[in-house]
Amino acid sequence: MKDSSEAYCLGIESTADDFGVGIVTLNGKILANASSDYVPEEGGIHPREAARHHAEVADTVLQEALTKAGIKPRDLTLIAFSQGPGLGPCLRTGATVARALAAYLNLPLVGVNHSIAHIEIGKLTTGAADPVTLYVSGGNTIVSAFDSGRYRVFGETLDIALGNCLDVFAREAGLKHKKGMPLGAALEKLAANGKQLIPMPYVVKGMDLSLSGLLTAATTLLRKGECKLEDLCYSLQEHAFSMVTEVTERALAHTEKREVLLTGGVAANKRLQSMLSTIAEEHGARFHVVPREFATDNGAMIAWTGVLAYKHGIVTPVEESFVKLRWRLDKVDVPWVK
Amino acid sequence: MGEVASKTLIKKGAEASLYLADWHCRKVIIKTRFPKKYRPVELDEKIRSYRTMHEPLLMHEAKKAGVSTPTIFLVYPKNATIIMEFIEGTQVKQLLGSMPKKERQELCVKIGELIGKLHKHGVIHGDLTTSNMLMNAEGKIFLVDFGLGEKSAELEARGVDLHLMKRALQSTHYQFAQECFEGVLRGYSAVLGEEEAKEVIAKIVEIERRGRYVSERKEEQ
Repeated sequence: MKDSSEAYCLGIESTADDFGVGIVTLNGKILANASSDYVPEEGGIHPREAARHHAEVADTVLQEALTKAGIKPRDLTLIAFSQGPGLGPCLRTGATVARALAAYLNLPLVGVNHSIAHIEIGKLTTGAADPVTLYVSGGNTIVSAFDSGRYRVFGETLDIALGNCLDVFAREAGLKHKKGMPLGAALEKLAANGKQLIPMPYVVKGMDLSLSGLLTAATTLLRKGECKLEDLCYSLQEHAFSMVTEVTERALAHTEKREVLLTGGVAANKRLQSMLSTIAEEHGARFHVVPREFATDNGAMIAWTGVLAYKHGIVTPVEESFVKLRWRLDKVDVPWVK
Repeated sequence: MGEVASKTLIKKGAEASLYLADWHCRKVIIKTRFPKKYRPVELDEKIRSYRTMHEPLLMHEAKKAGVSTPTIFLVYPKNATIIMEFIEGTQVKQLLGSMPKKERQELCVKIGELIGKLHKHGVIHGDLTTSNMLMNAEGKIFLVDFGLGEKSAELEARGVDLHLMKRALQSTHYQFAQECFEGVLRGYSAVLGEEEAKEVIAKIVEIERRGRYVSERKEEQ
């Protein structure tokens, strides 16, 4: 094998609305992290339309990443791709690109679990070693921590994901998803000007939580039109974030770990960051938050997790490279974590 | 708070702090839900006072159902504090791993019976984990931490309660989570009756399918 600072892994991410290509060295230096996100005209992600977008931009994003990293395809050592969980058509598009590249360049292929990649990129970029991780995005709300060979799930949503809850409300409120300005960011801005806390459902069950009732209550109040939008955004955020913070604190007390890591798209929210940093401090734990660029879905996290797996002898033969739409993170052995 | 002679912090949990104290010549646990700085004051006060008022009521109901819980001595809603009996025992969490298989299974069946008794009486525990179960020297099991519980006989509530038990076993006792949970269900069915238990078990499956990314859902389609 080449010196690991000169050996490169290219990772492809395509589980939902982002098509991303990242390039990292085998010793964990991120050289490129290019992406293009599909922005629906209205409503949420249409899986087929998103997949069409991914297919259209694939070669441009690939080229952009290679140029940024200053390498040629022939310099690569390894191809990693997001094998699941996610939306079928989107995953298949990314997997197809990955297989084609690996076959053409005659390189090993590694299928990566997207949720684990969010944790690993958080650890790489923040230096966290063994954290309790809160992973919150449009599709996932999971509290997990490592124990004996796997990341274990301590708590998760019983219904919808945190990002989904916020996005649906934002869309109902007429906020628009723009390039570089996700719905969550628009909501956060409004919430910052909210003053009055409107009572809403707060549902924590053990270390699990339920957000669907909160979303229904918030949208019902919105349609009635009697509350200020800023106050509604504020109240929705406060309730939802308090719930995820409470379950994270429970997992932290239960596992007695010394670090808390916040990762996934919603990690960019400053209010959520401040809540989690409060509980970390209270339990004498260090708080880490993934940098914004690596909070949303990205190719670098796939590349890096591919490297970790590959270094432990894990490769994915083409005949086993089919996508896994509902691949839970607690089903994956992670021999690289000690 | 009356005569509190000595007071030692024995557990700083996420939800509350537990102190072992000497109170009127009695060993007691003082459980205080301190304010949570991360959430807005009005929300925090509502949650803490609700749980402090609610927990003793549910513990009392649990006793009526034939499930042992610490005796409540005093409740101070204002500072979210409960004074209750100190149970000299060990958390089931610490026992489960070091037990011979047969004993472990018997214990799980016993736990299932207790959950069955609660549910039959319309009590939902709300946070069933092996940390919230204490076993004393005589092998008697006490359930604690009813703060997230509720009075309900609904199938949904029962299903979520058992789902949480399963989740706790999977995350903390993954080596034998399956055999343990099967034991729990055996005990549960014995108390609640096969028919009713079957409905709850079917509900657990439904609840888990509702969550994201569960393989069974795909197989079903």
